[in-house]
Amino acid sequence: MQRTTLLLTLFLMAAAAFYAGSRRSLDIVRGHTRELHSLPSYYGYFTALWCGLPALLIMGLWLAFETSIITHLVIAELPPAMQSLPDERINLIVNDIRNQVGGSAFAGESDPLIQAAAARYQRLKDISAKALTVVVLAVAIAGATFARQRIRKEQRARNMVESATVVFLIVCSTIAIFTTIGIVLSVLFESIQFFERVPVTDFLFGLHWSPQMAIRADQVGSSGAFGAVPLFTGTLLISAIAMLVAVPIGLMAAIYLSEYAAPKFRATAKPALEILAGIPTVVYGFFAALVVAPFIRDLGMQVGLSVSSESALAAGLVMGIMIIPFVSSLSDDVINAVPQALRDGAYALGATQSEAVRHVIIPAALPGIVGAILLAASRAIGETMIVVMAAGLSANLTANPLEAVTTVTVQIVTLLVGDQEFDSPKTLAAFALGLVLFVATLILNVIALYIVRRYREQYE
Amino acid sequence: MNDPPPIGGAPEMSRKSYETVRRGLAKRRAAERRFRCYGLSAILLGLTSLALLFASIVSNGYTAFRQTFVGLDIYFDAELIDPQGNRSPESLATGDYGGLVKRALSKVFPAVSSRSEKRALYSLVSTAAAIELQRRAVREPSLIGKTVKVWLPADDDVDMYVKGHIRRGAGESARRLNDRQLAWIDELIEQGNIEQRFNKTFFTAGDSREPEQAGIWGAAAGSFFTLVVTLALSFPIGIAAAIYLEEFAPKNRWTDLIEVNINNLAAVPSIVFGLLGLAVFINFFDLPRSSPLVGGLVLTFMTLPTIIIAARAAIKSVPPSIREAALGIGASSMQTVFHHVLPLAMPGMLTGAIIGMARALGESAPLLMIGMVAFIVDIPHSVMDPATVLPVQVYLWADSPERGFVERTSAAIIVLLAFLITMNALAVYLRSRFERRW
Repeated sequence: MQRTTLLLTLFLMAAAAFYAGSRRSLDIVRGHTRELHSLPSYYGYFTALWCGLPALLIMGLWLAFETSIITHLVIAELPPAMQSLPDERINLIVNDIRNQVGGSAFAGESDPLIQAAAARYQRLKDISAKALTVVVLAVAIAGATFARQRIRKEQRARNMVESATVVFLIVCSTIAIFTTIGIVLSVLFESIQFFERVPVTDFLFGLHWSPQMAIRADQVGSSGAFGAVPLFTGTLLISAIAMLVAVPIGLMAAIYLSEYAAPKFRATAKPALEILAGIPTVVYGFFAALVVAPFIRDLGMQVGLSVSSESALAAGLVMGIMIIPFVSSLSDDVINAVPQALRDGAYALGATQSEAVRHVIIPAALPGIVGAILLAASRAIGETMIVVMAAGLSANLTANPLEAVTTVTVQIVTLLVGDQEFDSPKTLAAFALGLVLFVATLILNVIALYIVRRYREQYE
Repeated sequence: MNDPPPIGGAPEMSRKSYETVRRGLAKRRAAERRFRCYGLSAILLGLTSLALLFASIVSNGYTAFRQTFVGLDIYFDAELIDPQGNRSPESLATGDYGGLVKRALSKVFPAVSSRSEKRALYSLVSTAAAIELQRRAVREPSLIGKTVKVWLPADDDVDMYVKGHIRRGAGESARRLNDRQLAWIDELIEQGNIEQRFNKTFFTAGDSREPEQAGIWGAAAGSFFTLVVTLALSFPIGIAAAIYLEEFAPKNRWTDLIEVNINNLAAVPSIVFGLLGLAVFINFFDLPRSSPLVGGLVLTFMTLPTIIIAARAAIKSVPPSIREAALGIGASSMQTVFHHVLPLAMPGMLTGAIIGMARALGESAPLLMIGMVAFIVDIPHSVMDPATVLPVQVYLWADSPERGFVERTSAAIIVLLAFLITMNALAVYLRSRFERRW
């Protein structure tokens, strides 16, 4: 809570600096604002920026690195025997120390060494907090005084404030790039570590997936095989079922809405279909597991088929329902973008409405529709909650939709949820799968966006 | 059809082709009808699945808003609940309130004597009953020494039986209540001592392993803190980015790159953002696991593209004449944007932000990665406390084997959907109320 107080103090100081700055500018010209280069409030903003920005920057950097620096210092103080332990053990010790500091460990039972380290940790944290307060407040006051001293009546305060704002705007707009870089780097680094232990070819072309690693060498059933082909086929199988549901329904719905429906019907049916896109995926997952999967199993039993209770069919069907609106609203847009002249031409040649649609409008809109389908496919591949809740965990290499298969996203979730050490191949495998997923969806998206954009330009 | 009009110099030819067209006409009209039918049925199929989804959730979930209570004549025995005998809260806190419930139950069914039968009898009342009695005794010490009729929450199995989810017809081994227990419950019902009342626990409690004690308040608070972080970061950043790209950015490679990036990020699977959060915020910056702060940061990256795209559309819709007028009377371009364009674009931006927040509220996959799936009983009080969010709570409950959690999962979904519908309705309202056609 101390940090919050510090932040609030900083904001109050910036407000005070604003007041002091604008006051000072008025004092310089004795109230004749016309002699000033900028409006008095800009001198205020100028002072407030000098007061708040450097201090805020220091505070952000400090807080970002505080924990890791303190942890390093504490580890450095541990006896050498402890320091030479493997990384996982050191992590455990650090956790012990932190629990001790947080008060969640039983003080009486722990090692005196840990207790000493915890005391040291706490002391360093206290020192850091005090130092941070002093430094931040000092910087804020220094900044405000410096800026206030610099105020002259010919100073271009507005331009300075505006260029600071532009810098802020630019920084905000580059966050998208940094996010992409962050995703690529974080996924790539862990994946490289993974591929140092498991060859890329084994991962991409191996037919056997069982990520449980043996804790003891003689343990049964924990070979730790990382062949991801069953996951890829499982993902493709479920996505294919989803597309088989979503593409015909979505496309026909789009055609009906844009070519046949009366305006009133369209005004209600289109938003109603789009509700499907707004429902949280976890709800679909629950629906699939609770209603659809048992229904399909019972149906199969009546026909005499053995259907797994976590069949790919159930997950795929529900996922298909989820992506109907993606296909339909994107296709609707492109069909509407087809010029009326093409329709009129077809009618003039005596085509019926459906013939015009099939032979003229769909071919004309095809690139856009393909783009929409690709975007929907990338949704299906990356969809997580439905498959986590309704598809299986066992990696079967099969094309039978009635059997349980697993997908890339399911495996990422199961590998990363729960207890994990950060360096085991098991955890790293999740990042390698993430990399595959990211690259696959990226390629689909780029192609789709390219097609859609190019097509739109054609008729504009 | 009538005779064909003679055309040009080849009446023979035209008659022939007319015949061909006429013969095909019925088929073509049928094809037309079929095609139209496919379209309509596609829409109906989509709407039916939507209706089916809602119907199954509501029919499974509405019963969770009422809970079964057992009325028992509790004798607040000073010996049991006030070991120190001074009625102080400290002393009352150490009392054996479970004993009170057991005694009251034994009094209703005096015939029960064997140890295993007694255990079966006592299991009819939730373990939360003791806590409730304790709370009551601390609040009203005057009750001590008196006998009062108290309504206590029943065990989830009793709740399920009363609501009709456990059938008598199934064999004893197939249900979680044995025949004796069912007989006791029936007797209690006959005496009028079993009632269904509004389920307050569901709205005020955190998570629990016992369905009758589990509530969504903890998850709702977690969702709230997560969304506060998301909104506080993504709204200003998104608007700033949109302003730069629409109003100030030169048209060059760099801004093209930004634009492509934003469009791409909007289509990246949400789970990848979870991997980013895990690697960057938890492993690199050492932020606390399972905290709404990290959850909010991850969701910020996820919703930012949505907000930027909506904000850009809103800025674009402000006509250039406004800008020209402002510039014409001497405003700087920054003043033009912040004093004139931004206020006019604000409704559109707010709409986009609300829709982005609605998406963030329903998102669960990336939050699984950063540890917001932990079993957390305590209600979070700040953005640093471990927490979970509503959709993740749904996921956790959906995985629980107890029958009582099925209706609670559905009820949590109903609450979640109610929030989403409210947010979207607000967005629609804002759009229709403030949208201006220029």
